[in-house]
Amino acid sequence: MAQQRELRLAGLGGQGIILAGIIMAEAAGIYDGKFVAQTQAYGAAARGGFSRSDVVVSDEEINYPKARQLDFLLAMSQDAYEENLSMLRPDGILVVDSTYVSDIADAHVYAIPFTRIAREQFGRENVANIVSLGAITQVSPYISEEAMLQAVEKRVPPRFLELNKKAFEAGKNAAKEAKQKSALQEEINEEM
Amino acid sequence: MEAKLLMGNEACCEGALAVGVDFFGGYPITPSNEIGEIMSRRLPKVGGRFIQMEDEIGSMACIVGASIAGRKTMTATSGPGFSLMQENLGFAAMAEAPCVIVNVMRGGPSTGMPTLPSQGDVQQARWGTHGDHPIIALTPSTVREVFDLTVTSVNFAEKYRTPVVLLMDEVIGHLREKVVLPQKESVEVVNRAKPTCPPEWYRPFEDNKSGVPLMAPFGEGYRYHVTGLTHDEMGFPTTKKDEVDALNQRLHRKIRQGFEEIMIHESFLMEDATTAIVTYGCVVRSAKTAVLEMRQEGKKVGLIKLTTLWPFPRIAFENLSDQVEEIFVPEMNMGQLYREVVRVNHGKRVVRKISKVDGEMISPEDIMRAIKREGGSGAKVY
Repeated sequence: MAQQRELRLAGLGGQGIILAGIIMAEAAGIYDGKFVAQTQAYGAAARGGFSRSDVVVSDEEINYPKARQLDFLLAMSQDAYEENLSMLRPDGILVVDSTYVSDIADAHVYAIPFTRIAREQFGRENVANIVSLGAITQVSPYISEEAMLQAVEKRVPPRFLELNKKAFEAGKNAAKEAKQKSALQEEINEEM
Repeated sequence: MEAKLLMGNEACCEGALAVGVDFFGGYPITPSNEIGEIMSRRLPKVGGRFIQMEDEIGSMACIVGASIAGRKTMTATSGPGFSLMQENLGFAAMAEAPCVIVNVMRGGPSTGMPTLPSQGDVQQARWGTHGDHPIIALTPSTVREVFDLTVTSVNFAEKYRTPVVLLMDEVIGHLREKVVLPQKESVEVVNRAKPTCPPEWYRPFEDNKSGVPLMAPFGEGYRYHVTGLTHDEMGFPTTKKDEVDALNQRLHRKIRQGFEEIMIHESFLMEDATTAIVTYGCVVRSAKTAVLEMRQEGKKVGLIKLTTLWPFPRIAFENLSDQVEEIFVPEMNMGQLYREVVRVNHGKRVVRKISKVDGEMISPEDIMRAIKREGGSGAKVY
């Protein structure tokens, strides 16, 4: 069987979830050269409703284009976390935006405050999605960092390019920290 | 051509532009919006015309008018807009104005669920407008196929002088995939047959072998009458029964003569199958996954993909082996095409429907569960 990976980004309308999904799909499909299918589901409201985007990445042609069991979940809101957690594989990777997701039952989680980083470092919350894409390249092996950055560069408006590159970098750094913390936590858990 | 990440709705525009659509009239509606948006930007750059009309009634009217003036025309909409288009769609069938109506199906009835998928307009595409008219409706399952079928839709419209409905669903319209599009030069382009006789000899609705009258564009010196009333060869209203019958018979005959070409369908792992899944649109994707996974469990399941929905591709079933005992028809409606599958199988096989109407795409699990639960369990459905 072909290696097929199923990734989901979920959150609220206005958080740039679908754009992030498109960037991921472009990174995987065009720059990493894999087969890819990206779908989306969202409420009718432009802001505040649910929003999610599935990205299926494979070495072979993809039939069913939506996620069935997640290898990766990014939850950008508490609702998104609660609604989608049951679809995550036991060994799947979970990343949450800890600005909004505070009530977490799962121990194996990368909790990174994407929105707070975007607000505090860049003065605009709407780059939180790009911060999260930077982080994703560090905590999951499915999309290469180079490909993701190339796709970001292609899909954001030119005048915001520098801002977005910095946001991407900030996400990477935050993820590296979170990784160290989680490694430490593992050690503590083992000792106990 | 290089690989691109394209959305179904984008691929539709690429197909339309490649085959020479040079007039688009429409009114925005989710989930077809991207089509109008892209056409409004792209068409003027290649000498085409884009117009946003006051509603879908006007949209349909303007593409019929532009078509009679010689343009290759298209519009795009979703359920509620498709309903408004029905009257003028019938006019297009009667006036034999080539045009393509893209309907990206969303949840219904009425305004339903704008952002969620469904396949609820399958019978509307067939019988939405009144009168005993023929129609062609095609439905794609991949982004690349959206491109190809947009080209085919425009070519069928031109060749048979008929409105063609390209029935997409929200899943395919909004799906992004990596695709390589063909070079524009390699795209087959069919243009309507025009008269070569002097204008005063022109009989605008005269029959011929193909059943498709030669079509003179308005503005080139051929003056003739176009009406929704039943008309004679000259385009003027008639109630003489020989003329009425001749027109109605010809309208159907011209499509019937093309059945071989029009009824597009594909088989997937049907060679030894005892159970067939028959489906279309986005559900083909789920069905393929289901077939592959059930085959791993040793079940002989195959798939018949219906690309053409109308005229219903009965030829897909005519040579079906007697080995096939059971057919499952998964659809995102209460069984609109299932009835057709029952009809053409004449009680020879058990036909069961798998309906899903909760606003979500049918999953491979939905199909596999139904086959495992109901497969081989008895009574034929007539």
